[in-house]
Amino acid sequence: MPYASVIPVAYSTVTETPVITTTGLRKVYHSRDRESVALDGVDLHVREGEVFGVVGRSGAGKSTLIRCVNLLERPTSGTVEVAGTDLTALAGRSRRANPALRAARSRIGMVFQHFNLLASRTVQDNVELPLEILGVSGRERSRKARELLDLVGLADKAKAYPAQLSGGQKQRVGIARALAGDPKVLLSDEATSALDPETTRSILRLLRDLNEQLGLTVLLITHEMDVVKAVCDSAALMRAGRIVESGTVAELLGTPGSELADELFPVGGEPSRPGRTVVDLTFHGEVATQPVISQLARTYNIDISILGAAIETVGGRQIGRMRVELPGAFEENVVPIGFLREKGLRVDVADLATPDAGTPDTEPPAAEPDVDAALVEEAAK
Amino acid sequence: MTWNELQPLLWPACWDTVYMVLWSSVIAVLVGLPVGVLLVLTDRGGLLGNAAVNKVLGAVVNVGRSLPFIILMVALIPFTQFVIGTSIGSEAAVVPLAIGAIPFFARLVETAVREVDHGLVEAVQAMGGGTWTVVRKVLLPESLPSLVSGLTTTAVALVGYSAMAGAIGAGGLGDLAIRYGYQRFETNVMLYTLVVLVALVTAIQLLGDLTARGLAHRGRSQATPRLRLLRPKAPTAGTAS
Ligand SMILES: Nc1ncnc2c1ncn2[C@@H]1O[C@H](COP(=O)(O)OP(=O)(O)OP(=O)(O)O)[C@@H](O)[C@H]1O
Ligand SMILES: [Mg+2]
Repeated sequence: MPYASVIPVAYSTVTETPVITTTGLRKVYHSRDRESVALDGVDLHVREGEVFGVVGRSGAGKSTLIRCVNLLERPTSGTVEVAGTDLTALAGRSRRANPALRAARSRIGMVFQHFNLLASRTVQDNVELPLEILGVSGRERSRKARELLDLVGLADKAKAYPAQLSGGQKQRVGIARALAGDPKVLLSDEATSALDPETTRSILRLLRDLNEQLGLTVLLITHEMDVVKAVCDSAALMRAGRIVESGTVAELLGTPGSELADELFPVGGEPSRPGRTVVDLTFHGEVATQPVISQLARTYNIDISILGAAIETVGGRQIGRMRVELPGAFEENVVPIGFLREKGLRVDVADLATPDAGTPDTEPPAAEPDVDAALVEEAAK
Repeated sequence: MTWNELQPLLWPACWDTVYMVLWSSVIAVLVGLPVGVLLVLTDRGGLLGNAAVNKVLGAVVNVGRSLPFIILMVALIPFTQFVIGTSIGSEAAVVPLAIGAIPFFARLVETAVREVDHGLVEAVQAMGGGTWTVVRKVLLPESLPSLVSGLTTTAVALVGYSAMAGAIGAGGLGDLAIRYGYQRFETNVMLYTLVVLVALVTAIQLLGDLTARGLAHRGRSQATPRLRLLRPKAPTAGTAS
């Protein structure tokens, strides 16, 4: 929760234009006799102006994916399209980067977990490096570098060496450097993983500001759900080289059995005793501010126990999940549940391994979410 | 032999040594630097990954490194004759000295360049930099302190080799020490020559260390620079032997 609601009010810069599209991306590493599949058919769609987060366990293939986007890693098969250019076609077969691919890369910014600043250059010279590669004249280079350092709030450190900076300052230099080629897209692989929570917050705010001010599309890799919560419009979950869930944060919350939604807004709680109905409620926007639960209690004169709840501001909108317990079996609660749905909430009857399986009346409704969960599990494989 | 008698012999000899070391170092850098960088680039997984070139280059360097200098010098006499026009004198000695120093320095360059964080290479590739850009903007500047240390080691080794070159009439301090100190039993000539040699080596080492330190200091606020090549095993704190 620490980084959530970092951003006061986000006005969306997202358009429907796709900026990063990968189709059927596969990457197989061959090592002596063994081969390991790092990416196993990844279809990624990042829209213009959005901050897209990719999460997943260590070894899921997140870094491989982001490195395939600018072809630092050559995919075994599949295509990568960035800003309307098919990079895989551009790169051709050769292992070395040809001028066309290099030109395309110069329009894709990248920031790294370990900053990767040149120790032998000052901060200003580090930011000028991509401009040198682009062949920009000396005067223009230093003007642009100063402007960028100003943008990231490090104008006074221009003459310092990276070793004299804190981690957060180094990452700001890394971001300024990534922006030097006026990219439309910024790739970030665990850019905040080496930073403390406070610094992480400030770097995330900077990324969000850049996203809003420059219309920059950001694809970021992280293992922290809080990072997704704080800055992402959309997110994808990777497992074993595949994207198993993907969508806007709101969509994910609206998806029954979404693991990402559960991870983003965990609600806990076990039913107090058998013969009760546990439901998970998800609400966004308007509903979140209405006293739905007390209305429900008053209208139907029932006692509602709240087992767990999480309410967050994501991208400037309130989103919450709540697990509540209603008295009686599912059948007795059809009407109250209908009332909640009518109010615009998403209601999922929790599938808990309750020991009341012997009671015949509770069997059918309990079976239904069971099937759902099984389907989700199936899809995840 | 008195100091006054010795002087007219000592200073030209000293100059000859400096001349030989200087020029062979220059050539060692001109050839050894690209060879060392190429050894890294052509290695498996390197930017120019090319097993054939890497193998051949590595083999040539290894052969050069394993030949005793005295053998190399004699074996190269026809070549030296062809290049310089003579095989005697300081100028001629530069040829075998340089050829002996090239593989030596190339290996040191290779080690230094390998130490550069691969993340920096990737960063520059991500900016759209090609191999040449990576070499020029990352590999060489980032390894510069280590390269300077490597050059220092090479120059010091060359002072030693140049003394051997005296054996084929190259002149220099080594030649002086052998002819007067050893063959004529002029102990004080031997002593003076040794003092000058030690002073020369110390001066080279000091200059190299200071330069490397200064270069490394740019990037580090207070930490001591890495002079691995000079002091291969820096004693770690708390390690009692
Ligand atoms: N150069 C490589 N050679 C062989 N296998 C590799 C290589 N790079 C990655 N892999 C393998 O590919 C898989 C995915 O790795 P990747 O680095 O993309 O994971 P990740 O999701 O970024 O993990 P983390 O969160 O730890 O950074 C891993 O199983 C890894 O072992
Ligand atoms: Mg990774």
